[in-house]
Amino acid sequence: MRHYLDFEKPIVELQRKLDELSQHSQVHSMALNLDEEIASIEQKLAETRREIFANLTPWQRVQLARHPKRPYTLDYLQTAFTDFHEIHGDRLYADDRAMVGGFARLEGEPVMVIGTQKGRDTKENILRNFGSAHPEGYRKALRLMRLADKFHLPLITLIDTAGAYPGVGAEERHIAEAIAVNLREMMLFSVPIIAVVLGEGGSGGALGIGVADRVLILENAYYSVISPEGCAAILWKDRSAAPQAAAALRITAKDLAELKLVDDVVSEPLGGAHNDLPTMAETLKVYLLRHLQEVQAFSPTDRLHRRYERFRHIGHFTEKPASPPVEPA
Amino acid sequence: MANPKKNKKVTGGESTEPAVTPPGPGSDTSFVKKPKLGPGQPRKRDIPEGLWTKCPKCGTMIYDKELDDNLKVCPKCAHHFPIGARERINALVETCSFEEMDAEMVSVDVLKFTGVAAYTDKLQEYTQTTGLKDALVTGIGRIGSHRLALGVMDFNFLGGSMGSVVGEKLTRLIEAATDKGLPLVIISSSGGARMYEGLFSLMQMAKTSAALAYHARNRLPYISVLTHPTTAGVMASYASLGDLILAEPGAMIGFAGPRVIKDTTQAELPPGFQTAEFLQAHGLIDDIVPRDELKGRLDYFIGFLMHGQHRLAASA
Repeated sequence: MRHYLDFEKPIVELQRKLDELSQHSQVHSMALNLDEEIASIEQKLAETRREIFANLTPWQRVQLARHPKRPYTLDYLQTAFTDFHEIHGDRLYADDRAMVGGFARLEGEPVMVIGTQKGRDTKENILRNFGSAHPEGYRKALRLMRLADKFHLPLITLIDTAGAYPGVGAEERHIAEAIAVNLREMMLFSVPIIAVVLGEGGSGGALGIGVADRVLILENAYYSVISPEGCAAILWKDRSAAPQAAAALRITAKDLAELKLVDDVVSEPLGGAHNDLPTMAETLKVYLLRHLQEVQAFSPTDRLHRRYERFRHIGHFTEKPASPPVEPA
Repeated sequence: MANPKKNKKVTGGESTEPAVTPPGPGSDTSFVKKPKLGPGQPRKRDIPEGLWTKCPKCGTMIYDKELDDNLKVCPKCAHHFPIGARERINALVETCSFEEMDAEMVSVDVLKFTGVAAYTDKLQEYTQTTGLKDALVTGIGRIGSHRLALGVMDFNFLGGSMGSVVGEKLTRLIEAATDKGLPLVIISSSGGARMYEGLFSLMQMAKTSAALAYHARNRLPYISVLTHPTTAGVMASYASLGDLILAEPGAMIGFAGPRVIKDTTQAELPPGFQTAEFLQAHGLIDDIVPRDELKGRLDYFIGFLMHGQHRLAASA
């Protein structure tokens, strides 16, 4: 069973027509030749699909980023990478299943991969806490990052989370501190770090594994300071204003590239990453290899300097003293 | 329509407003009891204008001048009212020792944020009501015999939220401390990252933490002081990174807001949840320091933390 989003309706309609016709022509092959009509609908379908996906609103992209069929971290670890084996635990409290990590090879090259992990069904979602990590997740990530740094393995982080978990236990074990420490420590690891926002880049929970030499984002992913619903609830006093908030916050890959907040946008197959995982995984691999190669070319000192400067220059402000009011002539 | 979050209600997620949820300006009053009666609020008829404030904790009527003289702490029950950044700096540093940095830096509406409220209007409104240019004052000053880099946030300016200006001023302050070999004290009071600047605000968390990484690498001390309230993106960056983390009594401190946690988990929150005292019991806060003791305590701690640096300097 396929999942369709609201805005995909015209595509679904055409697809159904197409299916009907081809079925009809199989059953009544003697009566009519429908090939021409089928070809024309196929063409229309392709055009419609292209047009819809070329003109997605920010909110529609948020829906794609949250699509239940969207490939998650472990899907990419099985496709874009080889030889992945998961390792567990933060050595402090627990093994947070919303954060996964372990050794893997990228085109044969050994790396450490860490990422947030959502569940595919209700049962797995309970195990994975819907991809929202607790402090132990961020501390496990830090442990694996230290491991990577100690043994000179490049680090790749894959981000897909609505946010770090807002719960009593998370507060009692200081989730804010866990994220903060990661922000500071990731700045000083001498190994190359590439971060990729795969789907949802939910605020501090995303940034907690998102400090990197290069920050990439998939074409239909989003990365935001607050969820569109949260922003809508606070500024519009109405969660249903999320589409307006999504637009105002400028959270799409295209927006973030224009604002120079991400370093590259990884293109997705037509219809979204979930429509063609093999192609998506191959594309991701190409982007990762290219950026890794570029970052690996720098000396560790140079790399750390560049990583610092990458974040250091983010921000817009003015420092001109306010000009005195001009008297109207 | 496919709803990817359909099942989320059970264990939460849909209603997750993680990290960074600065309260809207309209909600300030629910967050913090204002020390003075605002112009829009009704006043008791028998009390002269602007002379008395009622303590929200013990109900005592306090003469405003007495409250000011007492660093905005209730003389009866020691409730800590919010205190402005400049008042706090005056109370902390030695007279005339404070040299402010980047005093002219102001926010710009980089996203052209539209919607219910325009960012530029909000900035103008808060600049007028607070007399501040943004939610943070930074500079170099002296406490006792110690020169230090000091940053003080002000919750009255857009909920103390961190946008580019707060991030940039703090980063420059931290870098100056690193360059000059100074200890650093940041007194936080913030609802988190500023929504109006979108991802630029979130990235200030990384930027300030990065500067702290280098300050720490030079073995220079950083003391983070958490005051009411310190939450979300500020708590998930520099506010949590002190060599020592101090807090004012009763301050609300946390990552997610209590309402969000309640909505997400459908659970009752434990008594005293997210207060300074609760967090000290859970191992985050080194010391809870009443406002009038902060200066002495900072002097004391910096003395220990800078001892090695001073000895190094002396032997060099």
